[in-house]
Amino acid sequence: MKQKMLKNILSVVVLAALTIALGGCAGGKAGDGSSLDSGIVIGIPQDIEDSLDPHEAVAAGTKEVLFNMYEGLLKPDSEGNLNPALAGEYSISEDGKTYTFKLREGVLFHDGTAVTAGDVKYSIEKCADAGNGDALNLAAAFSNIKELNTPDDKTVEIVLKEKDTDFLSYMTVAVIPEANKEPRTDPIGTGPYKFVSRSPQESIVMEKFEQYWGEPAHIQNVTFKISPVDTAVMDLEGGSIDMYARISSAQAAQLGDNFNIEEGTMNLVQAMYLNHDCEYFRDKRVRQALCYGIDEQGILDLTSEGKGTVIGSSMFPAFGKYYMDELKDTYPRDVERAKELLAEAGYPDGFSFTVKVPSNYQPHIDTAQVLAEQLKEIGVTADIELIEWDSWLSDVYTDRNYEATVVGVDAASLTARALLERFDSEAGNNFINYKNAEYDAAFESAVNTTDDGEQTKFYKECEKILAEDAANVYIQDMASFVALNKRYAGYEFYPLYVQDVAKLYILE
Amino acid sequence: MTELCSVIRCGVICEADYTGSRIEHADVCGTGMKGGDMKYIIKKLTTTAATVLIVSFLVFLAFSVIPGDPALSRLGTQATPEALSALREEMGLNRPLIVRYGDWLISFVRGDMGESYSYHMPVQSMILEKIPITLTLTVMSFLMMALISVPLGIYCAKHRDQFADRFIYTLNQVIMAVPPFFMGLLITWLFGLIFRLFTPGGYISYTKSVSGFLYYLIFPAVAIALPKCAMTAKLLRTSLLDEMKKDYVRTAYSRGNHTNGVLYRHVLKNALIPVVTFMGMALGDMLAGSIIVEQVFKIPGLGRILLTSISNRDYPVVQAVIVLIAAWVIAINCLVDIIYKIVDPRIEE
Repeated sequence: MKQKMLKNILSVVVLAALTIALGGCAGGKAGDGSSLDSGIVIGIPQDIEDSLDPHEAVAAGTKEVLFNMYEGLLKPDSEGNLNPALAGEYSISEDGKTYTFKLREGVLFHDGTAVTAGDVKYSIEKCADAGNGDALNLAAAFSNIKELNTPDDKTVEIVLKEKDTDFLSYMTVAVIPEANKEPRTDPIGTGPYKFVSRSPQESIVMEKFEQYWGEPAHIQNVTFKISPVDTAVMDLEGGSIDMYARISSAQAAQLGDNFNIEEGTMNLVQAMYLNHDCEYFRDKRVRQALCYGIDEQGILDLTSEGKGTVIGSSMFPAFGKYYMDELKDTYPRDVERAKELLAEAGYPDGFSFTVKVPSNYQPHIDTAQVLAEQLKEIGVTADIELIEWDSWLSDVYTDRNYEATVVGVDAASLTARALLERFDSEAGNNFINYKNAEYDAAFESAVNTTDDGEQTKFYKECEKILAEDAANVYIQDMASFVALNKRYAGYEFYPLYVQDVAKLYILE
Repeated sequence: MTELCSVIRCGVICEADYTGSRIEHADVCGTGMKGGDMKYIIKKLTTTAATVLIVSFLVFLAFSVIPGDPALSRLGTQATPEALSALREEMGLNRPLIVRYGDWLISFVRGDMGESYSYHMPVQSMILEKIPITLTLTVMSFLMMALISVPLGIYCAKHRDQFADRFIYTLNQVIMAVPPFFMGLLITWLFGLIFRLFTPGGYISYTKSVSGFLYYLIFPAVAIALPKCAMTAKLLRTSLLDEMKKDYVRTAYSRGNHTNGVLYRHVLKNALIPVVTFMGMALGDMLAGSIIVEQVFKIPGLGRILLTSISNRDYPVVQAVIVLIAAWVIAINCLVDIIYKIVDPRIEE
């Protein structure tokens, strides 16, 4: 009896093995070149782990994906302009306090319902409410709204308490239907692509929205596939993904003839951010010594074959209007001067400090390593400590328990304010504990002025103060390389952290 | 049943001579199993529950000790104190640890594993979607291990100290020393990039194509199975050779059996006992192995979910996956115990 049972088990095992083997033969065919018919596959380094609800999305990696599904009254383009989107036209009153948006006719949500003024009101109010827990920092900007009226179904009128020249840039906030009760799992927007499905840690699938109001997308299906950046080259070469943004220059060099490499900038400020509450960095002379001690171009040469833009303050070139190129020369490399400054500050033999670097992002680690080597020459020892991103958020960013850190800071919106706000003494996100009355005054003037020219002047003054005060050891706006399979074209860089898939098309 | 029972029991073949004692033993064997079964099951269930309880509490404790906060993790650099405290309130993180654990336990017992912080979907549906992937990978590796190692072990034992045996022995030593993730890299390089048998990272979901899914999993399964395969083969070879030295083998030969007859009819069953133990342990180990190998082959299974959830501090998911793994290991242990008793009734409960 038992032998019979053993035989049965054995036959099941053999059968299973056969199934696997046969399945294998069939699978070999199915696996090849299937990416063309199923649309473009775009590799992204991490899954969407905050929310599919655009008002809860905070990670840059989430926003770049959601950009394709959601739109606001206005929409940024690759030049950094704000173009009318859901609002076909808008007007601003003489005193600059009343904004009137006329909704475009025939704009539909992905579920087929028309966009109404009520949906706009709902979306803005949702973001304005800091108490709902997940609201973005938009809550602060929207606290300036005195009243929000919807005189009819297609008109939205917003009255501000104080004039705010940056207000239009906040109107890019996604409009979502009030009727949708599950925006976190069933996202509905108005963008050129609509959500199809997702599988955690595997992929997010979208398809072209046929009733899109604007210029339609070219590619029917889009899959955002979660694929770690360190194996991007293998995945691209192997054919499992067609596009990967933000690969390193070394990776770009490894890719074969099947790929075009688009080069742009990351649009972020990479620097060694210094904690001004730390005893060394309280002293301006020490900070200056560090700035004199490093050679930015040398860092670029060693980490990215010289690609990238050296910067000298908290502003990057994509903000053409505010960017001051000359600031990068504020502290050229001067080892002797650095040593003098250290001696004056009371550290003739140098000192040592710890640089905390998030371990999940190789370019920052590379930069920190070169930086540490360079600083040895002025007698300063920088010990690199790699920490998990989550620990970085809690220890460095929130608790400000660190001496120095190398990261990149980006802009949440197309405003100079987004980059400069955090250095105000009172700012909640002033993670470097920067306190400078002169800076606070300049920043306040910039925010309060109603004249655009004046405002630009004040923002530039802010940048200058940060540079001259050696607030941080500014390094670069990193080069960004995008690998795109030669079957596709049309990639566009944005001054924001987005991937505009609707612009991509298939080459025949 | 009884016949086989006694044959295996003492490995003696003289059935006709010992009819009486055999029946006697078979009875003991039969009643013993029945009476013990209930007790055994109850005992196992209690230990299972206790283990799961302890494991899950340890996970809770671990998360309260390590730095990081799920609310902060979600809000990232956009976190403001107001938003943070509101989100912590919404996630229920402001309550004391023991209350949170109690709540989790009660819902878990009711069959509700909660909602993922990161994906806003029920943990059950998330895990149910991922289980088939990891389980298929584990089972596939296990089958490979069993199908390759047993014939290999027998072959080596039969051709002991010949060239083939020596060669396999050396190769085994090398393979045993290679950890699965490194084996994974080697396989990716060899079969993926050199022979182009599969697309590295080109995992195909089982919802799209079952055959494509199974085909892709063959390679990671090999990476998991190979080191274990080497160990099992070596163990079986040693065990077979030990058995072959025993007295009953001489008796078997003396009754005119050939080597094959002795080996397959008598020795193999006895020699398999330590191998079954090892395979049981290996099956538990393979689940852990798949979690690592999933990373190498970029398979979005339980392992991927577990690791990312740990770094996102997505407690509900981590909690559920770890409990699941604990239950899996315990279940396998039970299974091994049961198989023992079938193979060798002498083994006490």
